[in-house]
Amino acid sequence: MDTSTAPASPPASTAGATGFAILAEGLVKVYGDTRALDGFDLAVRPGTVCGLLGPNGAGKSTAVRILSSLLRPTAGRAEVAGFDVVRQPLEVRYRIGLTGQNAAVDDVLTGRGNLEMFGKLYHLSARQARRRADELLEQFGLTEAANKQPKNYSGGMRRRLDLAISFIMSPPVLFLDEPTTGMDPRHRMEVWHGVRRLVGQGTTVLLTTHYLDEADQLADNISVIDHGRVIAEGTPAELKSRIGSDQLDVVLTNPGDVARAAAILAEITRAQPTTHEEVPRVSVPAVNRAATLTEAVRLFDAERIVVSDIGIRQPTLDEVFVRLTGRPAESTAPLEGRA
Amino acid sequence: MTTMTTVPIPRTPAARLRWAVHDGLTVTRRDLTHWIRSPEEIFGGLMFPVLSVLLFGYVFGSAMVVPGGGDYREFLLPGLFGMTMVFGLVITASAVVTDTSRGVTDRFRSMPMASSAVVAGRSIADMARAALDLAALIVCGLAVGWSPHGSFGATMAAIGLLLLLRFALIWVGIYVGLLLRTPESATALFPLILPFAMIANTFVAPGLMPTWLGYASEWNPMSATVAATRELFGNPGIGGETWAAHHPMLMAIVWPVVLILVFFPLSVRRFQTMSR
Repeated sequence: MDTSTAPASPPASTAGATGFAILAEGLVKVYGDTRALDGFDLAVRPGTVCGLLGPNGAGKSTAVRILSSLLRPTAGRAEVAGFDVVRQPLEVRYRIGLTGQNAAVDDVLTGRGNLEMFGKLYHLSARQARRRADELLEQFGLTEAANKQPKNYSGGMRRRLDLAISFIMSPPVLFLDEPTTGMDPRHRMEVWHGVRRLVGQGTTVLLTTHYLDEADQLADNISVIDHGRVIAEGTPAELKSRIGSDQLDVVLTNPGDVARAAAILAEITRAQPTTHEEVPRVSVPAVNRAATLTEAVRLFDAERIVVSDIGIRQPTLDEVFVRLTGRPAESTAPLEGRA
Repeated sequence: MTTMTTVPIPRTPAARLRWAVHDGLTVTRRDLTHWIRSPEEIFGGLMFPVLSVLLFGYVFGSAMVVPGGGDYREFLLPGLFGMTMVFGLVITASAVVTDTSRGVTDRFRSMPMASSAVVAGRSIADMARAALDLAALIVCGLAVGWSPHGSFGATMAAIGLLLLLRFALIWVGIYVGLLLRTPESATALFPLILPFAMIANTFVAPGLMPTWLGYASEWNPMSATVAATRELFGNPGIGGETWAAHHPMLMAIVWPVVLILVFFPLSVRRFQTMSR
């Protein structure tokens, strides 16, 4: 295939002179009295997945909209694939794919019609657009549904078509804004699989999500955003170790024992346990793993607190999140899939 | 397989124009495909005017008085042509809000296409639909005994004035569509526009209304177009009390031009605020 036809893999160099595929420096976005972004910095290396995590209203979508040239920042600058998002929007738009919160597909055109129309708007010739549509339908498992209207698709199929459209140009940089919100677990896995495959081909992905397990599964690096700025970043493992140590989890037989068990664990670890009455469970950071465990078992036995399960585990990103932002991520359980 | 190493970005005015035309036509084709795939929507849209022909033409028609005398159906049809153009505003607004609320507009905006393409495609497609609607109604009118009595040129001028009104209302429709949040809310526009189509010379001569309502009707932009087309078609029911009613030709051009001058910049501004 010659160099001017439909693209299939990202260019070798997806980064600018800075060496980053996505670079944001001091982005500020002011709406009236609110500062949606307030000094947002981000640097994403080519070929990696960066998870942007934060509660609703933290500024995740605003950041994505600025980086994908949909929104102009009030202050600061950003480069995507080596081009300035404000001064060179067309260059940027040829090199990004954007999948937003709702599947932005045309419900009336067929699946193939969608891919061909958007292909033409990327200035592929009719022939190139058709051939690219065939490839993508195949790649995203939509060949059989190619001639149906997306309004008759399942939620997962719509999302796959949405992703396929984002991938017409095999963009070096892909923005996924809460790509699996409202999807059932099986379709989420399908999307994750698709994302991993793209990353395997060298695409850089910026993923916003409030599903912590999604970030844990996909992201090489995570930036936690709150009140419009990044408050922590690192690999998932680094972030987990930041809240300290492993956790001691105790599941009790009798819900009435939760308060007493928490008091005992606070005494042993000198840390503040978190309690869940309904489970009933008590968790506490455990610096000295074995010593904490044996001491807890001994004291529970002495106090006649019946334990149904006890164990040491790594902290979850949920706990990291609560620790960093002071409140839980919005909703960690996936909703039922939309038809 | 390799990728595009250089992307086509227009750098000269000629290249930019080629882009605008190419992208605009791509979007036009898409917008037209929507209607080809949903003929029920076109029929639904024509239902009201066609029913009005029957209902007003035959049921209420015998009780209607045409000032200066004349057949009521001859009087009625130009009014229905004008009303159909005005209802087109809802078609435009609902197409615009459907795209913005589903994220399709953002998808367009995130693509390297001419920024005029979405709006250009919308207006070309809407004008094509307006022409089709008008043709269907004209056939309907001829079937119930309406006919143009003027010269061929005058008939074409009348059709031109109707389409001019529709063109002006595209910009009102785009602006309104961008203000709305959900496609459902566009349906609510219909009852809001109905009085606008009724407090006019559509069905009844304003002279027969209470004085103040008659004045309002005569100054209604739609009345200007309808009165002008009645004159050009040679249909009855011309004349009135106000200055506007005495200069329908002038007002049928002035009103749409004013609407465009107001709503074109408002629509453009509204589009721009999407990136602010």
